[in-house]
Amino acid sequence: MSEIADKVKKIIVDKLGVDESEVTPEASFTNDLGADSLDTVELIMEFEKEFDISIPDEQAEHIQTVGNAIEYLESQQ
Amino acid sequence: MRRVVVTGIGALTPIGNTAEEYKKALFEGKSGADFITHFDTEHFKTKFACEVKNFNPEDHFHKREVRRLDPFSQFALVAAEEAMKDSGLDLEKIDLDRAGVIWGSGIGGFHTIEEDITEAALAKPGHRYSPFLIPKLISDIAPGHISIKYGFRGINYATVSACASSSHSIANSADYIKLGKADIIIAGGSEAGIVKAGVGGFSSLKALSERNDSPQTASRPFDKDRDGFVLGEGAGALILEEYEHAKARGAKIYAEIAGSAMTADAYHITAPHPEGLAVTKVMELALADADVTKDDIDYINVHGTSTPLGDIAEIKAIQNVFGESAYDLNISSTKSMTGHLLGAAGAIEALACIFAIQEGLIPPTINHFTDDPEIDPKLNLTFNKTQKRTVNNVICNTFGFGGHNTSIVIKKIS
Repeated sequence: MSEIADKVKKIIVDKLGVDESEVTPEASFTNDLGADSLDTVELIMEFEKEFDISIPDEQAEHIQTVGNAIEYLESQQ
Repeated sequence: MRRVVVTGIGALTPIGNTAEEYKKALFEGKSGADFITHFDTEHFKTKFACEVKNFNPEDHFHKREVRRLDPFSQFALVAAEEAMKDSGLDLEKIDLDRAGVIWGSGIGGFHTIEEDITEAALAKPGHRYSPFLIPKLISDIAPGHISIKYGFRGINYATVSACASSSHSIANSADYIKLGKADIIIAGGSEAGIVKAGVGGFSSLKALSERNDSPQTASRPFDKDRDGFVLGEGAGALILEEYEHAKARGAKIYAEIAGSAMTADAYHITAPHPEGLAVTKVMELALADADVTKDDIDYINVHGTSTPLGDIAEIKAIQNVFGESAYDLNISSTKSMTGHLLGAAGAIEALACIFAIQEGLIPPTINHFTDDPEIDPKLNLTFNKTQKRTVNNVICNTFGFGGHNTSIVIKKIS
C-alpha cells in the first residue's frame, strides 16, 4: 500500500473513530463509516493539512469513498 | 397554582464527580483548588484553579463524539445523565413534547474558541474553518445535545448571564412549569473556562486570586485578606418536575423550587453596585414570589466569590433585607471549596442548598483566617466547619458580570 493510502487511512480512523479493518477502498464515508456531512468537510480539511494542498470544493464533492480520497491525493503529488 | 419540585440531581465538580461525592466533599470542607494542568501557566499571574479531576471524556463518549463536543457540552451531558438516571424518569411513559431543557453557560465553548481561532490566526489565507467550530462553541448547543439524547421536544434554549446563567436556567424552568408550559425540564449549567484566554482575561480584570503559594486557601470569601476568586469548571443538573406529575409516578422528591427573582444592577459591566441595591431587591422579590417571610429563611448560600468588593456588597444587601433577623441565619459561600464555576455556579450551589435541607447540615465557608472589620461579626458565616441545623427554607444567590442578579428560594417538602 502506498504511503499516501496509509496516511489517508490513519486520518479516517482517527477522525471517524472507526476500526482500521473497516477502512477499505470501497467504504463510503457516509454510508459505511458513519460520517455525516460535517465529518466529510472535516476529513477534507485534514487531507489538505496533511498533504499541504488546497482541495477545491467541486473536487471535494466527488471524494465520497476511501478509494476516491486516495486516488485524488495520489493524482496531486 | 402548579408547584415545582426537584426529582433528580447530577454534578461534576472540582471536589466530586457525582452528586454524592460532591455532597460528601462539601460537608468535609474540601478544597478543589490546585495548580492548573490544562495548559502551561509560566507566563500567567495566576497558576491555579479548581479543575475537575480524573475526567476522561472517552469513558463517557465514543471517540468520534468527543471531537464534536466542547468540554462544556461533555460536562453538561455527564451531569444531565446522572440526574436523569437519578430521577427514574421512564422515557417511554412521559410526554416528550412537554419535557424541555434550559441550560446555562456563561461562555459556551471556550476551549473551541481558543483552539480554533488560534489555528485560524496562524494559518495561511484561505484557511478552511472546521465545520464543528460553530456547533461546538455556541452556548445553546449543550441543551441541544441533551434534548437529542433524551428526545425532549419541549422548551429548549440556553440562558447566558455570566455567573448567574444556571440560576436563570432554574428560575426560567420553574416559571415555565408553573405556567403549565412544560411538566419536566432539565435545568442547570456547565462551564469549561480554564483555558489561557479565560485565566488571562479574568486576570486582567483583577478578578482572580494570585495566591500561588497556597492554592487551597486562595478562595476565602469574607476573609480580610481575600484577593479574588478561583476559577472553577464543571456542571450541575437538576430535574425539575411539576409536583403532581412527580407524585403520580412515585418519584423521589428532594425539595421544592418555591420561588425566584431576577434583577439587574444597571450600574457597571463588572463591578457590583457598592450598596447592593438590586441584590437587596432580588432577595425581597424572591421571598415574595415564594410566599415566605425573611424569618422563614434558615440559610443563604451566597454568591460570595471572594472578591474584595463583591462580598461586602452582598453582605450589605443581606442586612438590608433581613435586618436583625440576619443574625439568625446561616450564611455560607461554598465557592470557598469549589471555586467559581461561572455559568455552572448557580446549579451546583442550588444542589448545595438541597443537601443542606436533606441532611440538616450547613456546608461551611472554608479558609477563614482573619475577620474583615467591614463585616458585622454577629453574622454567622459558617466559617471553616459544617454546622448542624434544621433547614426548611434556603435562598441561593448568584450574580453575573453585566449586573445580572438571581435569587432562588428552595423549600423542604413536608
